[in-house]
Amino acid sequence: MSYWAHLRVWRGDAEDGQLVDYPVEVNEGEVVLDIVHRLQQTEAGDLAVRWNCKAGKCGSCSAEINGRPRLLCMTRMNTFAEDEVITITPLRAFPVIRDLVTDVSYNYAKAREIPSFAPPAGLEPGEYRMQQVDVERSQEFRKCIECFLCQDTCHVVRDHEENKTAFAGPRYLMRIAELDMHPLDARDRQREAQEEHGLGYCNITKCCTEVCPEHIQITDNALIPLKERVVDRKYDPVVWLGNKILRRGDKRVR
Amino acid sequence: MPHPVATTDAPAPRAQIQARTLRTDRWWLSPLVQAGALTVLLGYVVVRLFMREYYWVDQFNYLTPLYSPCLSEACTPGSAHFGTFLPDLPVWIPLPIIVFPILLGFRATCYYYRKATYRSLLLSPQACAVREPHRRYSGESRFPLVLMNSHRYFFYAASALLLINTYDAVQAFFPRSGGFGIGLGSIILLANVGLLWAYTLSCHACRHILGGRLRHFSKHPIRYRLWSLLSRINGKHMQFAWISLVSVTLTDVYIMAVSAGWISDLRLFN
Amino acid sequence: MTEVQRHDYDVVVIGAGGAGLRAAIEARALGRRTAIVCKSLFGKAHTVMAEGGIAASMGNANPGDNWQVHFRDTMRGGKFLNNWRMAELHAQEAPDRVWELETYGALFDRTKDGKISQRNFGGHQYPRLAHVGDRTGLELIRTLQQKIVSLQQEDFAATGDYESMIKVFAECTITELLTSAPTGAPGSAGVIAGAFGYWRETGRFVVFNAPAVVLATGGIGKSFKVTSNSWEYTGDGHALALRAGANLINMEFIQFHPTGMVWPPSVKGILVTESVRGDGGVLRNSEGKRFMFDYIPEVFADNYATSEDEADRWYDDPENNRRPPELLPRDEVARAINSEVKAGRNSPHGGVLLDVSSRLPAEEIIRRLPSMHHQFKELADVDITAEPMEVGPTCHYVMGGVQIEADTAAAVGVPGLFAAGEVAGGMHGSNRLGGNSLSDLLVFGRRAGLGAAYYGIRLNGHRPAVDEAAVEAAGQRALVPFAEVAADAGPGVTGENPYTVHMELQQTMNDLVGIIRKADEMELALKKLEELAQRAARVEVEGHRQFNPGWHLALDLRNMLLVSVCVAKTALERTESRGGHTREDFPLMDAQWRNVLLVCAGATADELSVTHEDQTPMRQDLMDLLELDELKKYFTGEELAEHRARAPR
Repeated sequence: MSYWAHLRVWRGDAEDGQLVDYPVEVNEGEVVLDIVHRLQQTEAGDLAVRWNCKAGKCGSCSAEINGRPRLLCMTRMNTFAEDEVITITPLRAFPVIRDLVTDVSYNYAKAREIPSFAPPAGLEPGEYRMQQVDVERSQEFRKCIECFLCQDTCHVVRDHEENKTAFAGPRYLMRIAELDMHPLDARDRQREAQEEHGLGYCNITKCCTEVCPEHIQITDNALIPLKERVVDRKYDPVVWLGNKILRRGDKRVR
Repeated sequence: MPHPVATTDAPAPRAQIQARTLRTDRWWLSPLVQAGALTVLLGYVVVRLFMREYYWVDQFNYLTPLYSPCLSEACTPGSAHFGTFLPDLPVWIPLPIIVFPILLGFRATCYYYRKATYRSLLLSPQACAVREPHRRYSGESRFPLVLMNSHRYFFYAASALLLINTYDAVQAFFPRSGGFGIGLGSIILLANVGLLWAYTLSCHACRHILGGRLRHFSKHPIRYRLWSLLSRINGKHMQFAWISLVSVTLTDVYIMAVSAGWISDLRLFN
Repeated sequence: MTEVQRHDYDVVVIGAGGAGLRAAIEARALGRRTAIVCKSLFGKAHTVMAEGGIAASMGNANPGDNWQVHFRDTMRGGKFLNNWRMAELHAQEAPDRVWELETYGALFDRTKDGKISQRNFGGHQYPRLAHVGDRTGLELIRTLQQKIVSLQQEDFAATGDYESMIKVFAECTITELLTSAPTGAPGSAGVIAGAFGYWRETGRFVVFNAPAVVLATGGIGKSFKVTSNSWEYTGDGHALALRAGANLINMEFIQFHPTGMVWPPSVKGILVTESVRGDGGVLRNSEGKRFMFDYIPEVFADNYATSEDEADRWYDDPENNRRPPELLPRDEVARAINSEVKAGRNSPHGGVLLDVSSRLPAEEIIRRLPSMHHQFKELADVDITAEPMEVGPTCHYVMGGVQIEADTAAAVGVPGLFAAGEVAGGMHGSNRLGGNSLSDLLVFGRRAGLGAAYYGIRLNGHRPAVDEAAVEAAGQRALVPFAEVAADAGPGVTGENPYTVHMELQQTMNDLVGIIRKADEMELALKKLEELAQRAARVEVEGHRQFNPGWHLALDLRNMLLVSVCVAKTALERTESRGGHTREDFPLMDAQWRNVLLVCAGATADELSVTHEDQTPMRQDLMDLLELDELKKYFTGEELAEHRARAPR
């Protein structure tokens, strides 16, 4: 049942690094993370890799396998041919620390720039009432395990380091969408999505949706609806006029 | 995070991997096919726009969607159902000078076609996790691509055109000879209109306007149901985009062929 | 020694799971500058693994629910070994802690009238678990994480610095708690003064000066081979507490979750949520029989259905039917599965079958159990809407932990030390009910934050100073694995591979101190642990200090070994079976043991002592919440003398 796979792992740090070849034994039912662990136990005790739950719930073991951003724990070895070279590299969009471990602080910095949930005035804890149909859209986005694969694959920052200041990335634009669709959030977020968090940089090429291990429809359900909401606010004179005439100042009331 | 804030603006270095991508699959195939298909179809349409003939089959009331509505005095007699607001246009201005920009604009600003063209024609990026060739990128954050946000206006205009196309398709069941009749052409026109509706209604802007913009679905149960339905077909927007594009082309080819007399319409009834 | 980074804080919280984050929020609310130190990235804590829900008697699904019922269920589940004061506080405060999460932005599943939906779970009399599909832990951790961020934004608005009041030190491991240097004055030694650790990224050392430390480090499951726990669960907090002079209680009680995946081998142990059973899933053996009906213990006979018909009716009509036995407390179900497998009635890969596919429509399964559906599909190629899952027991939770004062979460014996969540002991007695963990995190996380904050405030600026000699020693100890094993250590002695030692430790604990225990096996385990400790002392790692997993494991091994000895010793000592402690040689529960806590103390395995301590008798009004007939099954006659049914009014 077991065979020897040909693994090629990027080893190195911020200064220097290269792809190193390792033969590793593979048993039935194993995932790439098992193979990386076997490598640690045998040939490369100091091979740096992040992981926690090994069940696809924590989003720690993000890396790139054969050039595609993946979770190591959710990539089964039987998706590769036995004689295939399997190349594992660190996330490319972030600075490398060592081997497969990258500095993902960009994401935490962006998380802090998104204004938090604004509780509605006049509601005490225990008084919140929300209908299931009203929370479902945001709940989809809250499935996010923050593996940052979408942030890594998005060409806006992957290929353009200089855009990191202006662009929050799919994960945090989705966070804005989540809050904007929250039935009780009291903050107006649509203009700032475009003006401060770089929604306009997104050209909806859907790579974020393709890599999402939780299968969240990031583009169709979060980013495009958010773009449409921004259009309501910034680019649609009809909506603007309608709101003026009907004196519907704020979307909150709907 | 462990380190104090860096004192220089220089970004910390990434892993030094020179290859443009380490993907081992044929990632270039899909954008290549898309680029080819888009170029061929657009090329065909441009040629047809300047042809100024073979767009109307008088005998059976067939009008190709590319020329509908025909609004110029130059239109073939019988084909201008809504009057001739435009004078006789010089040859270098296509007859569908109002219709075509709407159709093109609707598709060009469509969220799906944006993805397809950004990937296959503008190479930003050509495929996921493949480095794009551009030195700078600002996406849709500024002119000209910020104009992509006009999609909903094209949606409104294209919906109006589609109503006219629907009228045309119905007309195609009432040949000049009078009474009701069915030919292959009328069936093609009807099927084409059906596919165009599927494409138009599954549009993201449509989904937003009819329901997505609401904050509380529970207060608008009918719009919620509509939104749920549109969300389901929205998942197939890409398929409808391609199928309807091909169907419009084939419809036009068929009408051209009948109109030019290369083939005769297959009559099923009357 | 190499350079050491220094930080001053009012409160240092070790661990960024539910308990740690809730503690930090509370400490910051009281104006204390707070550091959160965690081994992983922020937001990756083990809390994300919790699936089913948060138990809180909000009464949304059944208005008959209240804290008294929840208290009773908790005590029953723990076989009355629980610290009753903790169980009382927990049952009383859980609803407020859940409602509070909504003000932080949490989005629970809803009832028809817009309240928080509550689901059934093993051992809970009413539907009580607030939940979000089967990813409640993720919702909890994300909500608390985002609340921390929101507080940091407030601080930024006020001071221009996000981290002026709360700072997260991610990927930073604490290896020692620091106490004040003995000055000779009475009571001056053994007071918390800070903590020592290293940055995983750089390997550099760091010292936190702080008068109050909250342990929120979670459990010890990584000492077992088949476990639902992540690599972080190396018993750090337990070991840190022991070395600082605190006590551990109830360490013999380890919960084996009845349903973990058994196939393929690489995912063996990964959790299959109890909600599968709460939502209608049933357990069958290889003969297709719903075997749980054969395993209803005497003490629960009145509450559980005896026929499949009655059990099936319960889902729709819980008022007039008894619950299906699949929803017995976890220890009972785990033992039953174990027995079925031992009797040879196992599924192809050595588990039993958990079937929800024949009980609910596929669409409903995907809606209610999305992560389970995803997990089985991705990892085992099994579609749970079409076929049953293969499951078996997996090490899940340690009921034991640091002995604390219920109201303040202050560790007994070490001023300045607090503990909350899985690392604290007592709350769950001998067995924890599903859903009581997340509520425990919130209730005692908050109380630990309060306790730590007020403790610091009361010091009035007299902060204990760190013993510099201890800092020096901690640094040297951390670097030992890099030193080559000296040639004169003995003939043939070579450096050990940390991964090998760890795997042998896991195998030993799994085989010898696992779900069913015997005296001779545990004695053997203790001997093996001693050998492993000697080998662990000779562990040698390659490479350098920058993000070196081999080195990190070598340091964690010390904690795992100490805690494992504690588990084995207490398990050997308790000569009865109760909750998460099952003795083949003493299969019955013994009322004489109910009142006894086994207390572990000692900084090293050699010094480790186990002493008996009597529980504080339960307050009479709490005792009176339960019927005498039930209490008789657990308590001795004298303990019940004052019960309302007996005492003259």
